[in-house]
Amino acid sequence: MTVPRADAERRAESGFSGPLLQVDDLHVEFRTRDGVAHAVNGVSYSVDAGETLAVLGESGSGKSVSAQAIMGIIDSPPGFVTRGAIRFRGSDLLTLSDEQRRRIRGRRIAMIFQDALSALNPVYTVGFQLAEMFRVHEGLSRGAAKRRAIELMDRVRIPAARQRVHDYPHQFSGGMRQRIMIAMAIALGPDVLIADEPTTALDVTVQAQIMELLAELQRESEMGLILITHDLGVVADVADRIAVMYAGRIVEEASVHDLYARPAHPYSKGLLESIPRVDLKGSELAAIKGQPPNLLRVPSGCAFHPRCPYRREVCVTKEPPLFDVAPGRGSACHFWEEVLDGR
Amino acid sequence: MAGEPILQVQDLVKHFPLTLGVLYKRQIGSIQAVDGVSFDLHQGETLGVVGESGCGKSTLAKLIMALERPTSGNVLFKGEDIAKLRGKALKAMRRNIQIILQDPYTSLNPRMTVGDIVGEPYEIHPEVAPRGDRRRRVQELLEVVGLSPDHINRYPHQFSGGQRQRIGIARGLALRPDIIVCDEPVSALDVSIQAQVINLLESLQNEFNLSYVVIAHDLSVVRHIADRVAVMYLGKIVELGTDREIYDSPTHPYTQALLSAVPVPNPEGREARERIILEGDVPSPADPPSGCRFRTRCWKAEAICAEEEPPLKPRQGSDHPSACHFAEVKDVVHSGESG
Repeated sequence: MTVPRADAERRAESGFSGPLLQVDDLHVEFRTRDGVAHAVNGVSYSVDAGETLAVLGESGSGKSVSAQAIMGIIDSPPGFVTRGAIRFRGSDLLTLSDEQRRRIRGRRIAMIFQDALSALNPVYTVGFQLAEMFRVHEGLSRGAAKRRAIELMDRVRIPAARQRVHDYPHQFSGGMRQRIMIAMAIALGPDVLIADEPTTALDVTVQAQIMELLAELQRESEMGLILITHDLGVVADVADRIAVMYAGRIVEEASVHDLYARPAHPYSKGLLESIPRVDLKGSELAAIKGQPPNLLRVPSGCAFHPRCPYRREVCVTKEPPLFDVAPGRGSACHFWEEVLDGR
Repeated sequence: MAGEPILQVQDLVKHFPLTLGVLYKRQIGSIQAVDGVSFDLHQGETLGVVGESGCGKSTLAKLIMALERPTSGNVLFKGEDIAKLRGKALKAMRRNIQIILQDPYTSLNPRMTVGDIVGEPYEIHPEVAPRGDRRRRVQELLEVVGLSPDHINRYPHQFSGGQRQRIGIARGLALRPDIIVCDEPVSALDVSIQAQVINLLESLQNEFNLSYVVIAHDLSVVRHIADRVAVMYLGKIVELGTDREIYDSPTHPYTQALLSAVPVPNPEGREARERIILEGDVPSPADPPSGCRFRTRCWKAEAICAEEEPPLKPRQGSDHPSACHFAEVKDVVHSGESG
């Protein structure tokens, strides 16, 4: 099956040679009744064609909000992007008009969500919802759009696509619904796919099926994939590079092999040491003490300092920048050298 | 493990009727949620129950808690059948088996203070703590689970997820039960908090000599805390053994597939790691396949699998019971590792 893409558009842009998608110094805040929550505080990352970047963090780390900012789907108010740039093939999405952004969203940058059941419309058949993409974005007729919808369902390996195209979302299992979400996301052949916790709601055997499908689709079409997750296991399986977020900032960025072998930030180190493993049986887990921060009252200096075993005075007063640890590798810790050496 | 088991589950069956019609309900079939499950649990031991959604593990928890009555079979607590108790005797029995629930956001009443939540079991079982003594007891419990006793008058929303789960654990401990059923105790918590709660559960077990039944879909968590593990598929235990037997030398194809699907948090050797990717979905428990229930997704299935149900018994080449005609030891967890 041919990958549906606007080829003319692609060629026109092929002169550009920077990263495919680049987030630069992004700030997002939510103005709530209780105060301003700084959800994203100066996040920068980029992804290239065919590359998988994992954005790892816990709830409230800002990992999903930064992705929503890329898609332009933050509810405003209360959410506001206050600073930064999001460059897609060099042009800043934040300066585009709503209409220009709408044409990029879904077509060039697409997103899949954790909960497929609530992301699909329960009163339309899945075939209708898939076909809608082609009717709206490509102006296809009903019949042609439906044929494309069936092709898509085949492509994400939904059995008996020709019959199931008439089924409603509730008639599918969780794994099949997530396949439909993926079908919808890749329908228009996007260059960047953002997957926000795509397998968190699924059983492990289904998770393995879905991750394999995503990897295969990525190989076929050279998409850049941004995988947002809290699961250190999934990251180790599929990611090329990883950005670890804590309290709205990237605290460590590294290739996946470097990070797991020798973390350079106390938070990533703590996470790796605290997880139970299926291939090892240890005694007591080395838990990170304390609680994740409240975004309305982020601690001074380094936000991780109240929970950090490496904490010294400077950590309370001075916010560490992202220090260069090695080419393509950074750590936002004043004492990254000690962490890296395992001292 | 020596001595009498504290809990014996014998051939437990729970079928939920499927009915058609509103006024004249006809039974058109049944959901076979739990279908012939047997195991023993000893004092101070942790049994992990793993399986995917719909395998019957939560129904099993309800049966052990006597929240559901079994269709057939026995649940013996110190030799007495819970399923046959009624009224006063049942109420007294409930003291001994308590539960910790999955979601600390919905399992605590937002209008009650922590003191009321943790002390509520004493309202139902006043013989455990005299009225004047309760506040002190609750404060002790809060301290035991690592919360400040001064927070007794706070409300659940003033606590983080991990702290709320500690409140739920304190409530579970209030009546000094012998057995605690933990239904997905950490799956709703952040990664950095999960380890804290797992450590707490383990230290409480040592302190009070508790027996746990831990129901979880996260195989890594179960490996960490369980002494023995039961793997369930469509209402049946397909393999049962010590954590070492199940994780290092599983013999049932379903266990092998389940284990191989768990992502290992180590990128080294990921290309070489062997993955068994199962096709399709779990069949409906209203109409399970004949013979072995796993056969429709099994790569080893032959004619006998459709005709004859494999009993859960020790198979050639391994010491622990497995319900597969073609059981064979295969280490899937450590594949891909060098050496």
